[in-house]
Amino acid sequence: MSDVYIIGAGIHQFGRTEERTGRDQGVFAVREALKDAGLEWSDVQFASGGSHAAGKADIMLNDLGLTSIPFINVFNGCATGGSALATAKSAIAAGECDIALAVGFDKHPRGAFAADPKAYGLPDWYGQTGMMMTTQFFALKMQRYMQLHDISRETLGKVAAKSFRNGEKAEHAWRRTPIDLDTIMNSQMINDPLTKFMFCAPAEGGVALILASEKKVRELGADAVKISSVTIRSRPPGSFEVYAPTIDVVNGGKPTILASKAAYEQAGIGPEDIDLAQLQDTEAGAEIMHMAENGICADGEQEKWIAEGRTELDGSLPINTDGGCIACGEPIGATGLRQVYENVTQLRGRAGPRQIKNKPKTAYSHVYGAPGLSGITILEV
Amino acid sequence: MSASLQPIAPNLWSEGPNPQLLGARDASGKIVFPIPEGEAANDVEVIKLSRTGTLWSYTKQEFQPKPPYDGPEEFVPFLVGFIELPGEIIVESHIVETTLEELTLGMKMELVISAFDETRSMFAFRPEQPNNEVVR
Repeated sequence: MSDVYIIGAGIHQFGRTEERTGRDQGVFAVREALKDAGLEWSDVQFASGGSHAAGKADIMLNDLGLTSIPFINVFNGCATGGSALATAKSAIAAGECDIALAVGFDKHPRGAFAADPKAYGLPDWYGQTGMMMTTQFFALKMQRYMQLHDISRETLGKVAAKSFRNGEKAEHAWRRTPIDLDTIMNSQMINDPLTKFMFCAPAEGGVALILASEKKVRELGADAVKISSVTIRSRPPGSFEVYAPTIDVVNGGKPTILASKAAYEQAGIGPEDIDLAQLQDTEAGAEIMHMAENGICADGEQEKWIAEGRTELDGSLPINTDGGCIACGEPIGATGLRQVYENVTQLRGRAGPRQIKNKPKTAYSHVYGAPGLSGITILEV
Repeated sequence: MSASLQPIAPNLWSEGPNPQLLGARDASGKIVFPIPEGEAANDVEVIKLSRTGTLWSYTKQEFQPKPPYDGPEEFVPFLVGFIELPGEIIVESHIVETTLEELTLGMKMELVISAFDETRSMFAFRPEQPNNEVVR
C-alpha cells in the first residue's frame, strides 16, 4: 500500500453559529481546506463524510459543485470523522484516486445528549429511569478509577483548567476564557466527582481534510503530513461501555486499548515516540483514563504527570493542545477530524500562540463514544 | 412500598416477599440481564440473580435528564451505581435509602423494590441492613 498524505486542512469555528446549519459549516470547512491545499473543488475525485445529527454529507455537492464524484456518507457516531478519513485514505492507497476529501460536521441542541434506547437495542425502562446517560457513564468510570488508582479530585480540575488555557490560544475553540481551578472545582456538580466545567458541552462545527497520493504531493510540492495509521475498533467482551445496563464480572479489554495497539503497530512506532496527543475528553476524567488506555502512561501515573505539568503545551507530551472537547465543545461528527486538524496544524508549525516547541514530528489522536468504539490516527512529518 | 405500584416493566424481578432480579444464562453459560427478547431469547435459561452484592461504582444524577427520562414531574436528584452480583453479573441500578457520602467501593448492597414515581415501582439497591439476614 502506498503512503497517503494530508495536504489541506480547513475548519469552521466550533461552538454556536445560529445562522448556519451544520452542513453549511461543513461546506465552509471544505472551502477552507481547498484554499489551504491550493486546489479547486473540481480537483477532488472522491469524498467521504458525515454527521451524527446534522444530515447527510453528500448533499454538500449541491453547494460545492455537482462533479459526479463518489461521495460515501458515514454515520458512525463519534468515529464518523475517523471512518471518513479511513475511507478516503483507503481509496487513495488502493490507487482509485489521487485526491480525496474527508469531512465531518455537526450541530446539536443545548444540554446533555439524549438517546433513544431502541436505537441502541436497549429496553425502554433503561431510558425512562434516567440511567442511559453519557455523563453518568463517565462519572461512574472515573469514580471507580480514582479510588483504584489514587487520582485526586484536584487533578480533574487541573485537566479542565489546562483545556481552557489552551482554548484561549486556539481560534477555532468555543471557550476562550481561562477558568481558574477553584471556579472549576466549585462549579455546579453534574455527576460526582465531575462538575460542570469539567465537562464538554454538545456544540457545532465542521472540519475538512484534503488527502493526496505521494505522486500528487510531489507534483504539487505540497506542505504534506503523512497518515501513518488510522484504526477503528468496536468493543470486545467484558468491557465497560457507555449505554450498558450491565458489565461482565470477568474484566475484558477496551476498544481504545485495541485501537491504540493496532495504530502503533501500523505506524511501526510506540507511545514513547509521540510528540503530542489529542485524546477524547468528554470530561476531564476521560482525558486522564485515556492517557493510560492509549499507552502514554501506566494507571495511576497521571497524578504525577499532571502535577508536573507534563501534558501542558510546554510539557514533555502536550495533550489536547487546542483545549480538546472541553474548550471546543462536542459536535459528534466533527470532533475526530478536529483533533486531526489540530495535529496537522502543529506538525506544520502553524499553531501560533499554542505551537509546541522543538518541531514535533509525530502526533496522535483518539476518539471514543457510544456504544463502545474508538478511533485512532497517527500522523508524521 | 405501596402494593398498588406497577412494575416499570414486566419480568425484571420475581414476585413474592424476597424478590430477585430475573436474568438468563445463555448457551455459552454467560449470565445476562435483563432477560433477552426476540431471537436472542432462544436457548436461554431464566435464572434468579443474587439479592446481594458489592458496590462497583456510584454517582449522583444531579440534573434532570431529557426524555426518554420519565421520572417524577418534580425532579429529585438520585443515586445510581453498578452492583457486582458475585460470580454472576454487574448490574446498573438506582441506589436508595442512603447518601452519596456514605457510599464506598466494595460495600455490601441488597436488592429492594422501590417507588419510581407515584404509580410505578423499580428495582434498586440499598446498603445491606445490619441484622437483616437475607434469603438468597
